[in-house]
Amino acid sequence: MKKFLEGSWAMADAAKLCRPGVVAAYPITPQTHIVEHLAQFVADGNLDAQALNVESEHSAASVVLGAQAAGVRSFTCTSSQGLMLMGEVVFCIAGMRLPVMMICANRALSAPINIWNDQQDSIALRDSGWIQFYAENNQEAVDLVISGYKIGENPKVMLPVMVCVDGFILTHGMETVDMPTQEEVDKFLPKYNPPYKLDLNDPMSFGLLGDPSVYTETRFAIHKTMEEVLAMIPKAGEEYKKAFGRDSLRLVEEYKLDDADTVLVAMGSVCGTIKDVIDSEREKGNKVGLLKVVTYRPFPKEQIVKSLSKAKNIGVVDKDISLGSDGALFTEVKAVLDSSKNLSGFVAGLGGRDITVSTIKEIISSTKKGTGSCTFVDLNKDLLFEEFTVVEE
Amino acid sequence: MSKTEREHFTEHFYVSGHTACAGCGQSMGVRIVMDAAGKNTIVANSTGCLEVFSSKAPESAFGVPWVHSLFENSAAVASGIEAALRHEGKIDDTRVISQAGDGGTGDIGLQAISGMLERGHDVLFVCYDNEAYMNTGIQRSGLTPFYANTTTSPVGKQSEGNPRPKKPVVEICAAHHIPYAATASVGNPKDVERKVKKALSIRGPKYLQIHVPCPLGWKSEGGQTIEIAKLAVATGLYPIVEYEYGKLVRVQKIPSPKPVQEYLKTQGRFKHLIKNAQALKQVQEVADKNIEYYGLK
Repeated sequence: MKKFLEGSWAMADAAKLCRPGVVAAYPITPQTHIVEHLAQFVADGNLDAQALNVESEHSAASVVLGAQAAGVRSFTCTSSQGLMLMGEVVFCIAGMRLPVMMICANRALSAPINIWNDQQDSIALRDSGWIQFYAENNQEAVDLVISGYKIGENPKVMLPVMVCVDGFILTHGMETVDMPTQEEVDKFLPKYNPPYKLDLNDPMSFGLLGDPSVYTETRFAIHKTMEEVLAMIPKAGEEYKKAFGRDSLRLVEEYKLDDADTVLVAMGSVCGTIKDVIDSEREKGNKVGLLKVVTYRPFPKEQIVKSLSKAKNIGVVDKDISLGSDGALFTEVKAVLDSSKNLSGFVAGLGGRDITVSTIKEIISSTKKGTGSCTFVDLNKDLLFEEFTVVEE
Repeated sequence: MSKTEREHFTEHFYVSGHTACAGCGQSMGVRIVMDAAGKNTIVANSTGCLEVFSSKAPESAFGVPWVHSLFENSAAVASGIEAALRHEGKIDDTRVISQAGDGGTGDIGLQAISGMLERGHDVLFVCYDNEAYMNTGIQRSGLTPFYANTTTSPVGKQSEGNPRPKKPVVEICAAHHIPYAATASVGNPKDVERKVKKALSIRGPKYLQIHVPCPLGWKSEGGQTIEIAKLAVATGLYPIVEYEYGKLVRVQKIPSPKPVQEYLKTQGRFKHLIKNAQALKQVQEVADKNIEYYGLK
C-alpha cells in the first residue's frame, strides 16, 4: 500500500515486517527516529520483540550478536561514531557467520564533529565481511531490508547485511513508499531457522580461537561466500520483484547507459539528483548516463565492467575519501577498468555539503574533459591555508 | 565453531584436555561453577586466558552451548542471549552465565556489565579474579592488589609495584541494587558451589567474583593454589562478602586474622615487600581496613 512516510518510519516498518525477535540500538543522530519508531511499535504491542535500550553501540552490536547466535532474528541500526564504536563487533558478527541486519544511517565521522551525511562511516567498514547495500531512496531502503534478511539468512550465505541510507536525506525525508503487507512479507521471508545456534539440546561452541592453521580458511570461506552472493543477487532480485513488483535488490542500476558516452558512477541518494541532471542534459542532446552501485559488498566487478563497456568518459562520485589515497568507489572502479577509459573521480558531499544540480553539471563537464585522478569538488578556497590553495590551482 | 564430543559431557560440562597451566585457579573455578550450574546453561565468555585455553579450534572443553566474541562484551552478548530466550519463551528453563577475568570485568567490561545489571537481565556474571592481565603477560588491571609486581606496575628504585588498591567491583555491582552480588574464593569450593546455586535460583541479574590464584602471574607454586587462596581470605586481603539488593547481608568471619606476610611470602609478585617493613605495614593496613570496613572479625 502506498503511503507518504518519513524515511525512518518506512525503514522501521520494514524491519518490523521482518519480525525480529530482538532489537537493540543506541541513539545517535540521524538514526534516532528509526529506533524510536521501533520502540513505539513494541510499546503499542505491534511488534513482538525484546527491545533493549543498551548503554552503547558496542553493546547494541554485542546484544544482536548474542541474540542471533541464540537463533533469533535481530535488528540494529546506527550511524557514524556509533558504527565506529561497533567496529570490532561488526567484524566479529561476520566472522561468526551471524546474519544480523543493520541499517546504517550514513553520517560523517569526527573530527570535526559533524552530524550530517556522507558515506565515510560504512565505507570504513567495507572490509568487515558484511554485505553492503546502498539505497537511493526510501522505497529501496525498505526493499533492501526485507530482501537483505533473506539473502543474509540463506543457509549457504549466513552473513550479516548492512543497508546504508543517507542520513537526513533519506532518514528524515518524506517520500511515497509502497509498504508491503505483513502477509506478503511472511510469505517471502520464512521464520529464521539457522543451521547452527546456541541450543541446549545440541551444544556447540561459537567463537573459538583460530590459530594460524585455520584462520586463513575462515577468511577465505567468507570471501568465497561473498562471490557466491554476487551470483545469487540477480536471481534473488527477480524473486523479490515477482513478490513485490520492484527490482530494488540488484547489483547495479543502469540508467540510460545504452548510448551514453559519459557515465557517472555513484551510490545512494545522490543518484536521484544525478538522474534529474541526466534527464535535462539529454534534452540538450548530451548522451549522459548513470551507473548506480547498489551492492557495494560483494563488489560487482564483472557487472561494472559490463555496464561501463560502452562508456568513454567515466566520472566516479564518492561521498568518502581514503585520506592519502582516493575515494573508495573510484579506487575500486579504476581497478576493474582497462586504461582505455577516460576515468575521473570526484569527492563530494562530505559532512552534509549538498551535491547540487550545478555540482553534478560541473562533475559531468570535468568527466568529459577527464581529470585522470580523484579530486575534491566544491572546495571553498577561502577556508584553506594558502599553501594548499596553491597546490589546488 | 566445532561440534562438541558429547560423550565427554555426561556429568561435567567443563572437562580436562584444555591447555591451562598446572595449578590454574581460574580453571578450577570454572569447573566448580559449571558443575554447580549444570547442563541447562548457556555461557557467554569474554576474551582472556579461559577462552584461549579452553576453546582452541577445533576443540572445546565446554559441554554446554558456549559463545565467545570479544574482550569487553560478554555481558552484552549474554543480554542478547537472554533476550532471545525470553522472546522464545525459554528463559525459565535456561540459565545464562557471562564470564570474564578481572580485566574483562572491572576494566574494559565494566560498562557492558553495568548496562546488563541496570536492564535487569536474568544473567549470572562470574568474574574470575586473578588480579592482572595474565593472558597478555601479567599486566596490571584495576583489580591488581596494592604493591603487586606486574609487568606494567614493575618494582623499581621509585616503585614498590602497583600503587593503587583493588577496584571494589563487587560493591559497584551491588550498588545497582541487584538481587545478589558476592565474592568467593576458589580456596573454598563448597562456598563457590553454594553461591553459584544460590545465584542461579534467583531471577534477575547476579554478580559473583571468585578469587583465583594464577601460579604464572603470581609466581607461586602450582600445588599451592588452594592454600594461597585460603591465605588471602584468612589475612583479610580478600573479603568474602554477600550483598542482596544493595545491602551487605553476610561476610565470612575471620576472628583471628593472619598477618599479611603469611600470604605475601607465598608469591614472587610480593617478594620485594618481605624485607621492607614500611611496605609490609602499608599492606597490613589494607587488610586491616577491609576487616573493619566489612566487619570481618
